[in-house]
Amino acid sequence: MADVKKIATRESYGNALAELGEKAANVVVLDADLSGATKTSVFAKKFPERFIDCGIAEGNMIGVAAGLAASGLCVPFASTFAMFASGRAFEQVRNSVCYPHLNVKIGATHGGVSVGEDGATHQCIEDFATMRVIPGMTVICPADDTEARAAVFAAYEYEGPVYLRFGRSAVPVVYDPETFKFEIGKGIVVRDGTDVTLIACGLEVNEALKAADILAEEGVSAAVIDMHTIKPLDKELVLEYAKKTGAIVTCEEHNVVGGLGAAVAECTAEECPVPVLKIGVQDVFGKSGNGNELLDKFGLTAPFIVEKAKAAIAKK
Amino acid sequence: MDNKEKKELQLLANDMRKDVINEVYSAQSGHPGGSLSICDTLAYLYSKVMKIDPKNPKWEDRDRFVLSKGHTCPALYAALAEMGYFPKEELLGFRKYGRMLQGHPDMKGIPGVDMSSGSLGQGISAAVGMALAAKLAGKDYRVYTVLGDGEIEEGQVWEAAMCAHHNNLSNLTAIVDNNGLQIDGDIEDVAGPYPIPEKFEAFGWKVILADAHDFDSLEAAFNEALAEKEKPTVIIQKSVKGKGVSFMENSAGWHGKAPNEEQYNTAMADLEAVRKGLEA
Repeated sequence: MADVKKIATRESYGNALAELGEKAANVVVLDADLSGATKTSVFAKKFPERFIDCGIAEGNMIGVAAGLAASGLCVPFASTFAMFASGRAFEQVRNSVCYPHLNVKIGATHGGVSVGEDGATHQCIEDFATMRVIPGMTVICPADDTEARAAVFAAYEYEGPVYLRFGRSAVPVVYDPETFKFEIGKGIVVRDGTDVTLIACGLEVNEALKAADILAEEGVSAAVIDMHTIKPLDKELVLEYAKKTGAIVTCEEHNVVGGLGAAVAECTAEECPVPVLKIGVQDVFGKSGNGNELLDKFGLTAPFIVEKAKAAIAKK
Repeated sequence: MDNKEKKELQLLANDMRKDVINEVYSAQSGHPGGSLSICDTLAYLYSKVMKIDPKNPKWEDRDRFVLSKGHTCPALYAALAEMGYFPKEELLGFRKYGRMLQGHPDMKGIPGVDMSSGSLGQGISAAVGMALAAKLAGKDYRVYTVLGDGEIEEGQVWEAAMCAHHNNLSNLTAIVDNNGLQIDGDIEDVAGPYPIPEKFEAFGWKVILADAHDFDSLEAAFNEALAEKEKPTVIIQKSVKGKGVSFMENSAGWHGKAPNEEQYNTAMADLEAVRKGLEA
């Protein structure tokens, strides 16, 4: 594993924007004084005339993005930390962007507890919940560099509001960019299995794959689904694997309330009730610490997924 | 402005005030006070200032308008109907289920509405974005937005004001409708947003003062705004909440209340008397 390439998806975001900027002259990028951290600085350096720093005023930034989109002349990507994009600017996202279904892309970096040392105020664990309850919003959380790039391009091609969540810490590259196919709202079966299904997003996809390896050694066949689009959820795929494996564990760097696990459970409860157990932050605030250490402290790493998978199978 | 032109504008604004009363009376809800205070301004803006084509509401080069104080949309809908964006009969469907005219402006469903609004403080940011888009795309359209004087209590207004100045948005004109009243009473008693001109000046805007019910004053103000080539401009207009309807004038109680039948008849009689006076 030592030679696996690692890159933070926020880096992928900045790089993808710079690449997209070359192909699409109507892409405008906004930031709220965090361009060095969100990596929109990569775009800004290349296209300074299409980069707007709105300063530390996220509510206004989302409104400005709405106006840019409403003009019909630009496709804005508004960027800041997940906490401020989905939290502070929630109502601007809801009323100025989603109610008129404007073509605004929100690039939200620093999602989850792997933000690390900054602690609870900057570790957003509520954004899947708050963003997915808004009618017409699309919510995406890519797993690695390859998928993050693809998600940025897909979001640009899609007409309507999209919330993209990226991470701060470097994560292994799971997918081969040469063969990778991405479609909004279509989950990816990364590994097939028959005993239990691990439905993950973001950096948890890699943890789920590690857990599936461990489970395989113990004779348990675990399927791993990368559910990069939390909304609209790929219900067809969820139900197919609910029926096929009879037990589900969801894995997300998010509160267990309201996020991917909740979305999956809502879906199975209506159509195919099977045990759905959730890996995630257990409805508590984050803490300061090293990002990787925190993933372990908050029970988000592979060994915890292994135990949860066994518990899910026992409930069948 | 010659007398003929002025009279035409006064008649248009008076018709819009009747439209406002009809909308709110028909819906038995809505916000007449702040709608009546901006009728002269919208009459002037839509018929004399803005580059628009009601038959082609999405025309890319049109001037844009954002009603940041979205609750006063009865006045906006009246202006749009009078300009021919949709039939005047639609006004009686205001706030009714299944009808076009929503309680607050809805850009998706209403021809001529350039931005959905209603949550105070947000419209001006969208107006900033539209003005910025013109600069980025090399378009020469202008953007106008109307804010309430109570609305400027929202912090986002000042975030937007800073942003507009920082980006030299001389193609943006905000109008602050200073009728002095908000739901809970006199704006000075509720939250104290005064002094308004000094605040905008400090944020780098060109400030223009106007009388909201005097077309010579409005003409001078908009001409001054059009002449400004460096900074965003704000027209702070002194207005009368409830203007034109005797019992609604200067009354916070008529911020968001519909008239009963007797009050409706009085209001329409007041406005009809104005019309007769103008035509005499």
